[in-house]
Amino acid sequence: MQNIPINTYTSPTVILELIYRLKVKDVMSRHLCTAESATSLKEIQRMMKQRSVTGVPIVEGKRILGIISMDDIIQALEGGYIEDPAVKRMSRNLIVLEDDMPVSFAISYFDRHPFRRFPVLNKHKELVGMVTTRDITTRLLVEINKEVDAIERRNAESRPPGTQLEGIRRYRIMKHDFEKAGLASMEIKKILKTHGIASPVIRRAAIAAYELEMNLVVHSEGGEIISHFHQDRIEITARDNGPGIPSIDDAMTEGFSTATPWVRSLGFGAGMGLPNTKKVSDDFSIASVPEKGTEAKAVIWYHQKPKETT
Amino acid sequence: MKLTYLTETMGYRELVFPDKTAAVHAAFTSDLLSDVMGNAPDNSILITVQGHKNTVAVASLAGIQAIVLCSKRSAPEEMTDAALREGIAVFSTSDNQFTASWKIAQGLQLVRQ
Repeated sequence: MQNIPINTYTSPTVILELIYRLKVKDVMSRHLCTAESATSLKEIQRMMKQRSVTGVPIVEGKRILGIISMDDIIQALEGGYIEDPAVKRMSRNLIVLEDDMPVSFAISYFDRHPFRRFPVLNKHKELVGMVTTRDITTRLLVEINKEVDAIERRNAESRPPGTQLEGIRRYRIMKHDFEKAGLASMEIKKILKTHGIASPVIRRAAIAAYELEMNLVVHSEGGEIISHFHQDRIEITARDNGPGIPSIDDAMTEGFSTATPWVRSLGFGAGMGLPNTKKVSDDFSIASVPEKGTEAKAVIWYHQKPKETT
Repeated sequence: MKLTYLTETMGYRELVFPDKTAAVHAAFTSDLLSDVMGNAPDNSILITVQGHKNTVAVASLAGIQAIVLCSKRSAPEEMTDAALREGIAVFSTSDNQFTASWKIAQGLQLVRQ
């Protein structure tokens, strides 16, 4: 098992930047609890208990000579030599970190070696701190929190106002305005894209929005497209002021069209609009009152449509 | 197939070509924009005679990367402007849609030479 479960090569860039930017001196504990060569193991055991530490460096001035760990104390108790001086029992094979090393080094040291703490030396080989996995994870959590906060704030700032994924946008559509046709759909597509919705889903929503929009341009007296963004789905509604559809069944039949020849010459009015919309939607409904108007609604779920709950 | 195949190998005229490294893996031939909308695969070339702004809107919404205007059809300025804005390439050729489709199918290695 990794002591600190962070891969120092393949983690997200934000994390990599963090573990290279932070130095060992930024995470280490400077409140040292040290003992001298002559200090007895029993006295060290008492220090450990009092200061809640699991390893005590043995020093001479600022120079580290060895370390006594909790394991050494347990062995001393078992072996009956708890009164011995530290110098006789300390581990002398020390692996140390330098205070200027990036934290990534410390993380890989903990992976490679069985130790739970490393003494930290400065460039003059003086003991300046101790570092444990807990020191590193605590500091990393604080820094990761700051980074996430900054990322969230940047994301919020980069979105134009009024384009939160939850919300309603309305677009006025004019009769035979081929000039602006498609603008509503383009904007709906862009909003979904900004919010990281999967491309195939965006494509379906774009198709539904465009077909409904073109229907208003080609057939209606004018109307509006209402896009209602939810957390989990988008509802696109086309509402117009007439003239209404005499037969919904005919309108839903592929190839049936009432478009004029000049509209057809532009590539529209092929009688595929409503069938296309239905095909790409998870839910589709249409209602029309002759002379008054038509309302068509397409619903597209970002992930999977949940089972019917009625 | 890289889109440069259209200009370099087939000699089609580039009207708008925002990304010279762009590549496609399919093509679709139609003049009915609803047909294009409903059936064209994404990352594709649209082979058509519909030289107007709405073709760009459909291409953009359907995820089409390039439009080939056949039979010497020209593109009005508002179409090329829209294409530039949406990052969609537009080419023109004197080939008719049948010939253009056959040549592009070769480029896509969908038919044998």
